Amino acid sequence: MSHCRKRCKRQLTKVFRFFYRFLTGTLEKDSVEDDFELSTVCHRPEGLDKLQEQTKFTKKELQVLYRGFKNECPSGVVNEETFKTIYSKFFPQGDSGAYAHFLFEAFDTNKNGSVSFEDFVIGLSIILRGTINDRLNWAFNLYDLNKDGCITKEEMMDIMKSIYDMMGKYTYPCMQDEAPREHVESFFQKMDRNNDGVVTIDEFIESCQKDENIMQSMQLFDNVI
Amino acid sequence: MASGVAAWLPFARAAAIGWMPVANMPMPIAPTEKNKRADELIVLNVSGRRFETWRNTLDRYPDTLLGSSEKEFFYNEETKEYFFDRDADVFRAVLNFYRTGKLHYPRSECITSYDEELSFFGIIPEIIGDCCYEEYKDRRRENQERLMDDDEDKKDAKLPNMTFRETMWRAFENPHTSTMALVFYYVTGFFIAISVLTNVVETVPCGATPNTKEVTCGDRYTVAFFCMDTACVLIFTVEYLMRLFAAPSRYRFMRSVMSIIDVVAILPYYIGLVMTDNEDVSGAFVTLRVFRVFRIFKFSRHSQGLRILGYTLKSCASELGFLLFSLTMAIIIFATVMFYAEKGSTSSKFTSIPASFWYTIVTMTTLGYGDMVPKTIAGKIFGSICSLSGVLVIALPVPVIVSNFSRIYHQNQRADKRRAQKMQKARLARIRISKTGSSNAFLHSKRNGLFSEALELTSSIEEEQHLSKNQSLLESQHHHLLHCLEKTTNHEFADELCYEQSYLEGALQSYPSQSPSLSSQEGMTGTCCTRHTKRNHAPLPNSSILTCALSHTHPHHNLQELSTIHIQPLNTSRSSLNMRVDEPARLNCQSGTITTAIISIPTPPATTPESDAHPPPPGPALQNVVKVSAL
Repeated sequence: MSHCRKRCKRQLTKVFRFFYRFLTGTLEKDSVEDDFELSTVCHRPEGLDKLQEQTKFTKKELQVLYRGFKNECPSGVVNEETFKTIYSKFFPQGDSGAYAHFLFEAFDTNKNGSVSFEDFVIGLSIILRGTINDRLNWAFNLYDLNKDGCITKEEMMDIMKSIYDMMGKYTYPCMQDEAPREHVESFFQKMDRNNDGVVTIDEFIESCQKDENIMQSMQLFDNVI
Repeated sequence: MASGVAAWLPFARAAAIGWMPVANMPMPIAPTEKNKRADELIVLNVSGRRFETWRNTLDRYPDTLLGSSEKEFFYNEETKEYFFDRDADVFRAVLNFYRTGKLHYPRSECITSYDEELSFFGIIPEIIGDCCYEEYKDRRRENQERLMDDDEDKKDAKLPNMTFRETMWRAFENPHTSTMALVFYYVTGFFIAISVLTNVVETVPCGATPNTKEVTCGDRYTVAFFCMDTACVLIFTVEYLMRLFAAPSRYRFMRSVMSIIDVVAILPYYIGLVMTDNEDVSGAFVTLRVFRVFRIFKFSRHSQGLRILGYTLKSCASELGFLLFSLTMAIIIFATVMFYAEKGSTSSKFTSIPASFWYTIVTMTTLGYGDMVPKTIAGKIFGSICSLSGVLVIALPVPVIVSNFSRIYHQNQRADKRRAQKMQKARLARIRISKTGSSNAFLHSKRNGLFSEALELTSSIEEEQHLSKNQSLLESQHHHLLHCLEKTTNHEFADELCYEQSYLEGALQSYPSQSPSLSSQEGMTGTCCTRHTKRNHAPLPNSSILTCALSHTHPHHNLQELSTIHIQPLNTSRSSLNMRVDEPARLNCQSGTITTAIISIPTPPATTPESDAHPPPPGPALQNVVKVSAL
């Protein structure tokens, strides 16, 4: 009710101001709303040497990474929208927004809504230069949406659905609605040792180490850069 | 390829870590860089100005000059730089395209030189960003019009072997071409003037003989005027008949505006000849004389300005219509108000609302004859409001008409708008194709990948190189990423059309199969390779002839080429052009599957003009889909 009244009042003042201006013949248009958002937030990363200590990249690799990073995000930080836009350029057929959101959460370690170059490069260093265990840990961190140490079926369902969404509509064979659910079931069958409905970090790492396919695919990341 | 964000490809590939623990199948092997060299700076010397950039920046667009090996032709060994003898200013825009992924059009550059530079460096101008695209298109259109003007001047050139008729028509349309035409042109003009003058003078009272009232000149010198009129009409008739004879399309000539004016100009005379004796219709005969004034419109053949005015009025017909409409509204409103305001006063001239119309019109156009004047106070108030608003209402559409006139005068016609619309559609189509080219590129390369896998077995190295040479490292890494996703989800990317076909197949499974024994024996296979050209988003039964052909062959039948129906692509992006596999490749493949060509046609009779397939099954086509199996 008060909302209505506020709106009424605002309209009335607008009408009065309009008539006043009309009668006195003021030529200026309505004042432009000064929405000055100081969006010139600029973030500069720490020095190259410090980054080199924190990550396992060489100086040259850091330089290449930073150049690419700064090209897309001149302000020095990536917000979620930009992140999603960039990621979607690689998957033109599907909708990669959900998966990009999970990635963003995983990269944004200090939970401030933006990914700086340090976060970015530290995450990349774990994935590309870390040990297999580090990588598996990182993957578990990605799956564990609420960061409580275990993956539930719902969380896995979300992740799976986001992956399947990236395929888009036009696939062969036709994407059935049950496909993600079935995949989640098979995943839990493989991973959940004690059948308690959740996958803890230990179960996860243990099951992955036993699976040859996964071990092999983890080594794909060795020579990405 | 998402060239603009090529630098983020390592990140995208790293992000694939989320898929690995979930996947049930092994991942494909990553492409290795054969000769991995650190990123180096290369120097581009353009007419003395040195530009430096990373090699990777240029590699983002492999189907342009700078991105491909074509630039090696310009390499200068002594100075270790690439020298281009071109315009350095335009090169800035070209290089910025590589850096930022957006092509801009510098406004200070001439459009032709810009186009030349773009075509030299192998960049299509359609990808100019939206910020500069309007300007670019406008300049281009101006240029084309200028060229068209030149062409029109050349049109006057006399072609050899013109028939007499064609010569005459040319003489009529362009009087400057020959002396005879010019003479004719001036003579007719003179006579038009004479005729109009005669009509005018005819009505002037000239000299009264004593004891009679004033007579007009026309009545006094009847014979002279009659002779003059006859002469003019004779000339006009002859001219009209000659034009009719010479016109290339007589029907079209008779329908044109100028010929109608001609006819209307001379018809009253003949009608008058016929009807002079009949007294009853002499009143009508007098009215007909009014039409003689239309002869003045014949001048529009002689005057360019009159024609432009005519075009203007035609083109702002909508504005004029609006003016008329708003005026009518205002007139009715004010007339009503004035009538009721003046109703009370005695001896008021405002006897009815239509009578007040006259007052309103005269007031709104600020004429103010004064024959009708409001007497009551209310009437005076409303009358003043009426005259004030009249000025506004009439003044508003005038600038529109004026600007229209100047616009037409500078030759901005409707035809250009139509052409621009066509260009816009073509441009959008091209951009769409180049944007979706990345997904198509993946599917193309998958097919190529299949080819190359098979070729490895037959160890024909040249063909493999030929097929894979056009893929840059970036592309292969991107495709590997998409391949990983496919393996994770156990589904494959497909074209829209293949998707629709497989959907349809799924629907058709319920129908009893009427296809020949072959297909029922060995079933249908796998990947669809559609070479679809026109992006027809219409559902399947409406699409034109497509071929979804497969190139796996049965191992027992060695040399199997399934000739695919090639439909030349309308607008394809350059990358997909590079990727197109033209020659039907011979394959020997381990997976023994049957070749199936699914040809969908709009009409039931199957047309398979080129494939060496068996003739289609005699059964009726199921929902316009005919399955033809070929060996």
